[in-house]
Amino acid sequence: MPVPIELRAVSHAYKTDSGPLPVLRDLNIKMAEGSFTAVVGPSGCGKSTLTRLIAGLMRPDEGQVWLGGEIVTSPRATVGMAFQNPVLLEWRSILQNVMLPLEIVKNKLSKSQREDRARQLLALVGLEGFEDKRPSELSGGMRQRASLCRSIVHRPQVLILDEPFGALDAFTREDLWQTMHDLRSEEPFTCLLITHDLRESVFLADEVVVLSGRPATAQYKLTVDLGDNRKIDDLYTAKAVDMLATLRHQIEVAQGRAPAEAAE
Amino acid sequence: MKIFRKIAVPILAILIFLALWEWLVWFNNWPNYKMASPSDLWPAFWRFRWLFLEYGWQTLWRTVAGLGLAVVVGTLIGMVMGFSRTVREGLYPLLVGFNAIPKATVVPVIALIFVGQHDMNTILIAFMISFFPIAVSVSIGLSTLEPEYRDILRSLGASQFIVFWKIALPKTLPEFFGALKVAVTLAFIGTNLMEIVEPHGKGLGHLFDSGKINADYPLMFAVLIALAVLGILLFYIVVALEKVFAGWAERTAH
Ligand SMILES: Nc1ncnc2c1ncn2[C@@H]1O[C@H](COP(=O)(O)OP(=O)(O)OP(=O)(O)O)[C@@H](O)[C@H]1O
Ligand SMILES: [Mg+2]
Repeated sequence: MPVPIELRAVSHAYKTDSGPLPVLRDLNIKMAEGSFTAVVGPSGCGKSTLTRLIAGLMRPDEGQVWLGGEIVTSPRATVGMAFQNPVLLEWRSILQNVMLPLEIVKNKLSKSQREDRARQLLALVGLEGFEDKRPSELSGGMRQRASLCRSIVHRPQVLILDEPFGALDAFTREDLWQTMHDLRSEEPFTCLLITHDLRESVFLADEVVVLSGRPATAQYKLTVDLGDNRKIDDLYTAKAVDMLATLRHQIEVAQGRAPAEAAE
Repeated sequence: MKIFRKIAVPILAILIFLALWEWLVWFNNWPNYKMASPSDLWPAFWRFRWLFLEYGWQTLWRTVAGLGLAVVVGTLIGMVMGFSRTVREGLYPLLVGFNAIPKATVVPVIALIFVGQHDMNTILIAFMISFFPIAVSVSIGLSTLEPEYRDILRSLGASQFIVFWKIALPKTLPEFFGALKVAVTLAFIGTNLMEIVEPHGKGLGHLFDSGKINADYPLMFAVLIALAVLGILLFYIVVALEKVFAGWAERTAH
């Protein structure tokens, strides 16, 4: 079985008016089938750039992005994406919004099968009864749930989430973490989550990658062995508190606010 | 209640306006060569009712043709400007300059280029005066599309055209209709400008002109009213189209 996502020595720079801006440098990340990886790092270090490279929306200057055993050169239908902004289309109902990828991606589903699939996902995230509402009639958390449904409706192998819960209040965010767990137990995707919330990364991920400041490289990797079926309370166990402290320290190193040698 | 507010209230407003007008003329005892009163207008209408119909139709179809041209060309210009920054920056000064030229000065030029082709002249002026807001609104709508909107489809391998068709175009419709409401009035002004400045015996502008020549002041006022009615008609057709195609935008406002 090929590794679903692998970044090999990826470097990338943006061309700006004041010369090239190196954003990623020699970045190596490997994600196993069905795993959940969270990426944290200082603001502006290149996390969104990383997602765009994996999605094939851009090609790296150097190195390769491998997806399901092939080098990524362009976007592919086996990827799903969701962002901090839920970007729902206001002229469509929630149901039609969720069905959007099925209109693009080739599939053998009939109209009613597509609808069933979308309805089933919406029910899974607790949006039953809101199928015919407009996005503007939903709360921020509900919109983000709908956006999550849209990102996986076409059964992608790889799900890329760029700070999807970043704009939500703390309570809603924790609700959505639970929703992510529920989705994951139903849908077999490999997930890459960008976040700036360390608790979120520990709660959701099997592995957390800390990126250094720009140009970003994988500065630290942490395996989160808290088992499946995590509860919010698990974040307050000694083990989790320890991991959070380690990650917090690594972020400070990445920001250049703490010396590196204390890390190990 | 809603129907009452949408229909009865505007009609009432118009009636009050007419009553005030009538009263003002009567109170000041103005002769009709200074200011015609609404009660003078109806006889003028009735006397020339067939001319009003015929000329009104001429004005109307040429305005709509000019506007149609403006929609097609304006949308195309807006699209290339919206998608390419180079084109946008290259075309902007040209468009602004073109738009700034008073169209009254263009009328004789156009009339000279297309001597005798009156319909064409008129349509062209209506087009020239009204395409600018459409082009600008479409280009702004497309160029300000947040990258995430593109990315949700592009990341699935959708083509540029699909992104345009499923997202950029519908998302731009509210701005487009906003511009169309401005453009419809402008096109109307353009048509009448041609008909009055460069008379060629057609349209309501011509009727206005003959009223002027014959010192038939009630007729001139009647033409103005007819123009206003046509303007209102066209405007509300656009509003109805907007409701059908971009009604969702209204709901978000609440
Ligand atoms: N299209 C672009 N052209 C030029 N520079 C860019 C472009 N996109 C991003 N950058 C720059 O590259 C750097 C990394 O951007 P990126 O969006 O990947 O960061 P990020 O880690 O996602 O930031 P945040 O935590 O704020 O979301 C930033 O300094 C940004 O200014
Ligand atoms: Mg980002």
